[in-house]
Amino acid sequence: MTIEIKTSTLEPVRQTYANIARRFGDKPATRYQEATYDVQAETNFHYRPLWQPQHELNDKGRTAIQMEDWYAFRDPRQYYYGAYVGQRARMQENAENNYAFFEKRNLADRLGDGIRAGLIRFLVPLRHVEHAANLNNMYGTAYGYGTAITQAMLYDGMDRLGIAQYFSRIGLILDGNSGEALIEAKRAWMEDPLWQGLRALCEETLVTRDWFELFVAQDLVLDSLIGQLVYDQYDAWLADNGGQDVAMLTEFMQEWRKDRTRWVDAVLKTAAAESDDNRALLRDWAAKWRGKAAEALSPLAREMLGEEALEQALAELEKRMAKAGIN
Amino acid sequence: MAAKKLNIKDKYRLLTRDLDWEFSYQDRKEAFPYEEFEGIKITDWSKWEDPFRLTMDAYWKYQAEKEKKLYAIFDAFAQNNGHLNISDPRYANALKIFLTGVSPLEYQAFQGFAHTGRQFGGVGARIACQMQSIDELRHVQTQIHAMSHYNKFFDGFQDWSHMHDRVWYLSVPKSFFDDARSAGPFEYLVAISFSFEYVLTNLLFVPFMSGAAYNGDMATVTFGFSAQSDEARHMTLGLEVIKFLLEQHEDNVPIVQKWIDKWFWRGTRLLSIVAMMMDYMLPNKVMSWKEAWEVYFEEAGGSLFKDLARYGIRMPKYAETTEKEKEHVSHQAWWIFYNYGQAAGFHTWIPTDKELDWLSEKYPETFDKYYRPRWELARQMEAEGKRFYNPGLPQLCNCCQIPMGFTEMDDPTQIAYRQTVYNGERYHFCSDGCHDIFVDEPEKYVQSWLPVHQIFQGNCGGPGVEDVLRDYYRMNVGADNLDIKGSPDEQRWNAWKGVA
Amino acid sequence: MSKVYLALQDNDLSRYIVEAIEEDNPSVTVNYQPAMIRIENEGRLVVRRETVEEKLGRDWDVQELHLNLITLGGNVDEDDDELSLSWNR
Ligand SMILES: [Fe+2]
Ligand SMILES: [Fe+2]
Ligand SMILES: [Zn+2]
Repeated sequence: MTIEIKTSTLEPVRQTYANIARRFGDKPATRYQEATYDVQAETNFHYRPLWQPQHELNDKGRTAIQMEDWYAFRDPRQYYYGAYVGQRARMQENAENNYAFFEKRNLADRLGDGIRAGLIRFLVPLRHVEHAANLNNMYGTAYGYGTAITQAMLYDGMDRLGIAQYFSRIGLILDGNSGEALIEAKRAWMEDPLWQGLRALCEETLVTRDWFELFVAQDLVLDSLIGQLVYDQYDAWLADNGGQDVAMLTEFMQEWRKDRTRWVDAVLKTAAAESDDNRALLRDWAAKWRGKAAEALSPLAREMLGEEALEQALAELEKRMAKAGIN
Repeated sequence: MAAKKLNIKDKYRLLTRDLDWEFSYQDRKEAFPYEEFEGIKITDWSKWEDPFRLTMDAYWKYQAEKEKKLYAIFDAFAQNNGHLNISDPRYANALKIFLTGVSPLEYQAFQGFAHTGRQFGGVGARIACQMQSIDELRHVQTQIHAMSHYNKFFDGFQDWSHMHDRVWYLSVPKSFFDDARSAGPFEYLVAISFSFEYVLTNLLFVPFMSGAAYNGDMATVTFGFSAQSDEARHMTLGLEVIKFLLEQHEDNVPIVQKWIDKWFWRGTRLLSIVAMMMDYMLPNKVMSWKEAWEVYFEEAGGSLFKDLARYGIRMPKYAETTEKEKEHVSHQAWWIFYNYGQAAGFHTWIPTDKELDWLSEKYPETFDKYYRPRWELARQMEAEGKRFYNPGLPQLCNCCQIPMGFTEMDDPTQIAYRQTVYNGERYHFCSDGCHDIFVDEPEKYVQSWLPVHQIFQGNCGGPGVEDVLRDYYRMNVGADNLDIKGSPDEQRWNAWKGVA
Repeated sequence: MSKVYLALQDNDLSRYIVEAIEEDNPSVTVNYQPAMIRIENEGRLVVRRETVEEKLGRDWDVQELHLNLITLGGNVDEDDDELSLSWNR
């Protein structure tokens, strides 16, 4: 039994904001709910954007996906700003300890030359991939509709900037802060045939116009494939070949990947469940970008891990597509 | 191998600047398509100076620390019924304006900086915008959370975002930010980062938040100052933007000057609402609007424009007008709301004797001469049971959208009217500043969603004003509006305080 | 010359920072307002890491200043050792 001290004159007049009460009833609401639902302006915009006069400032028409309620994209993590930075601050503190330990013990010196060269060739160039991912999630933030999905895309965009910076720091650890590893990795990104397919694909995402299609291309297809190759298979390969300490430097990304996969899958599932039209669009987009990505990644996956690597990654993507109902 | 130590500037450059690359497979202009249409010339993005060199890990760490402190105070505030500690129930009405009028602008800032954070071709500028974008999201969300407790005990907070999109006086702030966001990306930055954040937001946040502290409002002062700790970064971005644009190409100078002129005026009009909050809605006064204007615009802005003179930038047009306006705007704005208090989503009142004396003291040149007699007459009418509400709907300025109630500054008894004809239609303005802005871009301002026009055209329900308030605005008529005297807010307050 | 300024939240940590600022900028004016401390100086003002560390008796990162900063005026230059505000640099 709970005992309530009644101070009758201090009874609240209402438990939450009216828009939250309309959605969930007049009962105490969570901070996520109050900070998320109906926060974005919906109507009576004063001027058309000079840069896109065919649209309103906030416009549902910037994607072909249609939703009855754009706030259906509830984030399973329920991140509002405070919850998000709190979670990432814990993760970065852990990462900071890992990086400090790694540097203090000179663990980079224990990596063989082959491993070191491999990291510069395969891991460090991912900072550029993450940079494109940053822009692509900012795209959804800027042109998407409804706070539920746009705030989550912003958090992901900022995560990607952070991850690009972690990859850069791995380069700096390997080159003793001279920046040479970063230069070498960038040369690979710009010139090495292994990377050109992926670089071309990243550039293609940056000119893709439909923000939800871009979400499928980046956050589902590319991230699923690259994540599986790098954080599962390459990580395992490093562990078996004397590079196990590197896992300390990618722990942040491992944890991030688990966290945001839950969100990406929830978004896809919600959009697909909304209508057959949505499902068809998502299926087409996923197939289109899966084909492009498989082709782009194939030389890289083969060189980094061997013949079967890409198949494995594709299998995981299939599984996620099936789970969302868009295979 | 002994690693050399990196200083913060080199480290930031290595971790940020070098992430982007020259495209080989797509046209870069397709990826960043909005950089040229405003006529701004960028010759070299790499000349961009990062004002602060905050990497994401440091960002998460410091921001999480701020949030932890902030939410600890929100929790304590709610648990201890902190709303009982405010100076006077009238104070809560300033917060209603804040949540319905200002917080949605924080949201628009989040959106606007996401747009520029995606669109600028230079990685340094882009990332600075992205960080501001997420900060601004923080601001709107912490404000919603700070007000959440007030919403449980006072009327007028409950439908803030619905109201922002519709209510007549809220189109003033809404159109301000819609204007900036619908402009090109460089104008947006000059408008918001420079003219608003650097030159004017101190006036909104610093004295007003200090006022919140002085009126016993822990929740607001805490979010206010915590938000301001991000604002220091935003202001610095604003100054860097201006310097960068001016240094890139001399052809940018007149364009930037025009934007500074426009956005300074747009901003001062928006702040007339803050002026009235400071002079009339804070029961315990910290400083007058006039004093705040002198410290935060005339003095600080004076230093700034002196510094920018070397680029050929001068003080904003009509800055001299604002020197006169600071004596008048707060009084005229509160008078407008007192007249239309039946249609406002917050309560109005006549200043107390003590407050009238304070205003007389702070505005020796104008208050006794022009404004005190009005309030004394209003009080007399109220005492005689003849509280006067203006039953009509006000005509709005076609630029700033404030009801046409501001006067000529050289003759405060004469309402200022300016007008122009465009495509055979006549448009009305409150001032030369608003007139000039319209005339420079009429195709834009003829689009304005003017709430009063919209009501007359039947786009907001009706037929009567009360129907609009109740059905279209979703106000609780009789609770949210009218004078504080006799309102449910006042009755509850008296019950809490044990006053009969 | 023109004034540069910064304002800090009025709390315990700020008191040490203000002490350090006063030591490094003898001509500053410090003004206490409700919940905030406003510090201004002609032309230039500097917050030095070493001095703050001395006052605090612990390591202090210049970026920590942002936890308490309310506003500032002037051109900012921030590095590992100090944050300075100036006009006409
Ligand atoms: Fe803000
Ligand atoms: Fe800001
Ligand atoms: Zn106007």
